[in-house]
Amino acid sequence: MSAAAPSRAMPRKAGSTIPVLVITALIMAAWYAACLPMNNDLPQLARVTGLAERYQVSWALERPVLPAPHQIVAELYNSTVGTRLFRQTADGMVLNPRNLVFHAWITLSATLLGFAMGSLLGIVIAIGIVHSRTLSKSLMPWVIISQTIPILAVAPIVIVALGSVGLTGLVPKAIISAYLCFFPVAIGMVKGLLSPDTMQLDLMRTYNGSTVQTFWKLRWPAAVPFLFASLKVAVTISLVGAIVGELPTGAQAGLGARLLSGSYFGQTIQIWSALLLAALLAALLVVAVTLAERLTLKAMGSRP
Amino acid sequence: MSTAPANQTMDWSWRLQVLLAAGSAGLALALAHGFAGLAHWSALLALALALAATMRACRRTARLRPADAASQKLADLIVPLLFGAAILVTWEVLCVAFGVPTVLLPAPSLIAARVATSLPTLGADFVQTVIRAAIPGWIMGCLAGFAVALACDRFDFLRRGLMPIGNFISALPIIGIAPILVMWFGFDWQSKAAVVVVMTFFPMLVNTVAGLSAAGHLERDLMRSYGASWLATLVSLRLPAAMPFIFNALKINATLAMIGAIVAEFFGTPVVGMGFRISTEVGRMALDMVWATIAVAAIAGSAFYGLLVLIERKVTFWHPSLRAR
Repeated sequence: MSAAAPSRAMPRKAGSTIPVLVITALIMAAWYAACLPMNNDLPQLARVTGLAERYQVSWALERPVLPAPHQIVAELYNSTVGTRLFRQTADGMVLNPRNLVFHAWITLSATLLGFAMGSLLGIVIAIGIVHSRTLSKSLMPWVIISQTIPILAVAPIVIVALGSVGLTGLVPKAIISAYLCFFPVAIGMVKGLLSPDTMQLDLMRTYNGSTVQTFWKLRWPAAVPFLFASLKVAVTISLVGAIVGELPTGAQAGLGARLLSGSYFGQTIQIWSALLLAALLAALLVVAVTLAERLTLKAMGSRP
Repeated sequence: MSTAPANQTMDWSWRLQVLLAAGSAGLALALAHGFAGLAHWSALLALALALAATMRACRRTARLRPADAASQKLADLIVPLLFGAAILVTWEVLCVAFGVPTVLLPAPSLIAARVATSLPTLGADFVQTVIRAAIPGWIMGCLAGFAVALACDRFDFLRRGLMPIGNFISALPIIGIAPILVMWFGFDWQSKAAVVVVMTFFPMLVNTVAGLSAAGHLERDLMRSYGASWLATLVSLRLPAAMPFIFNALKINATLAMIGAIVAEFFGTPVVGMGFRISTEVGRMALDMVWATIAVAAIAGSAFYGLLVLIERKVTFWHPSLRAR
């Protein structure tokens, strides 16, 4: 690193902790400051005079237009740690529907199932596209067009159509998630499977390697880093799919249902806490995929 | 090789193959409608024939090596069209032949008929959702993301602080803020546009910041040696170099805008709009109307995307991925 290099050429990692903390603090401060103007029209604030008192009231309202961050965290704490996790029923112990963990689990199970199905579908499509010229020319344009369609709009149909043949609950939501997340996997895997260069492919030809051998010994290992990059995108949109899949039918359980019931009854803090939990879940899923990526790449002998 | 070898141009035998596929597809459709709901063997046989013929035609067309570029482009267009037509015909024939209930899956002809008879309703929904909510929101979100990206570029502290947050937030299920924004901005299009703004902001921010560092060191050093200011370097070097990234974000956002506008309507709207139509007609089990709305949404989304691709080709004509054609 020469001193003359312009600052933008410096490695990006150089000290971004402090800026992130500062910006986060600024956002939090702006949020707290915004609580009063946003909630100004509520009747609870009408009788209060004095700026400090007004702010104190605006941070502790029951159904605020904009709740203060600590209210959201407190609600999240109360509805997860502060509520009984299990409930005694006739069938034995089940997860308590009053606990947010119950709803998170409902959504998470649909997310994971859909993620598995969609990733598998994406990989299969990519393998087909890479190995067949006809498929790559006929299917690839439709794979891309399928994404320009607002797919989430199809969610209600999938739920109702599958419901009419007796499939309800987990599977329809998982199918919506799968439909959403096959695309990044397919695109990434096509790129990855095509990433070995001509020289490597020629080497396989000189060894008289069959298509299958070339696939397992060259194309697949070369595609694994691309696969994980796509999986990180796929797992988050799979969560979005599961949440949206819970909206149109007025589902009773799941984070999407919490959002919907919160918006019906004006329970803003409930919406925000469900949202925060969804964000935590998304972060957790990405971290899990990243860990799996590290372990796999390490097992494959790549050096970071 | 000056001329393409036989069997690789659009000669009479290729035309015959395509005609055969179209003919057998027509036969399958006619038989299916003739024996509607009976799952008659003749319709299924004709469908199998049509699929086999279409697959052969697809494979043949994919291998075409016409002499001139225009024919090659045409061939590249025909393959996916054949494939799409085959799927539509299969859908129609199976739905009609087996008498699949409309609740499960209406036949394409039913959906088309529904589109034709409810054009005014669909048009009103389109205006409410796309013209009033999705496009204004898309424009505002993209402009805001672009402006903040420029600020991040100018002030490195802001970039280092905001980019990790932006990357994190773009991985979150942002659509979940829809109920909150509907509460804040009311049931009409303003709240939908607001959802679209939030959804499109972060992809634009992240992509533009990445694009602004895409210009090569050599070119940047050249600008420095000219004594060019930040603004001059930005306008004449770094923004053009960032265009592929910016268009990437514009395209991603086009899809997100449609999704955001439609899904936000699930949380409450005036009695018009695509999301409203979908959620109410699903409740009334009028699935053909839902499919008609989705067809309109699909066409609108694809047209939006296609328009952006066309503009991108004009703007980034210099990019290797386009010159390779």
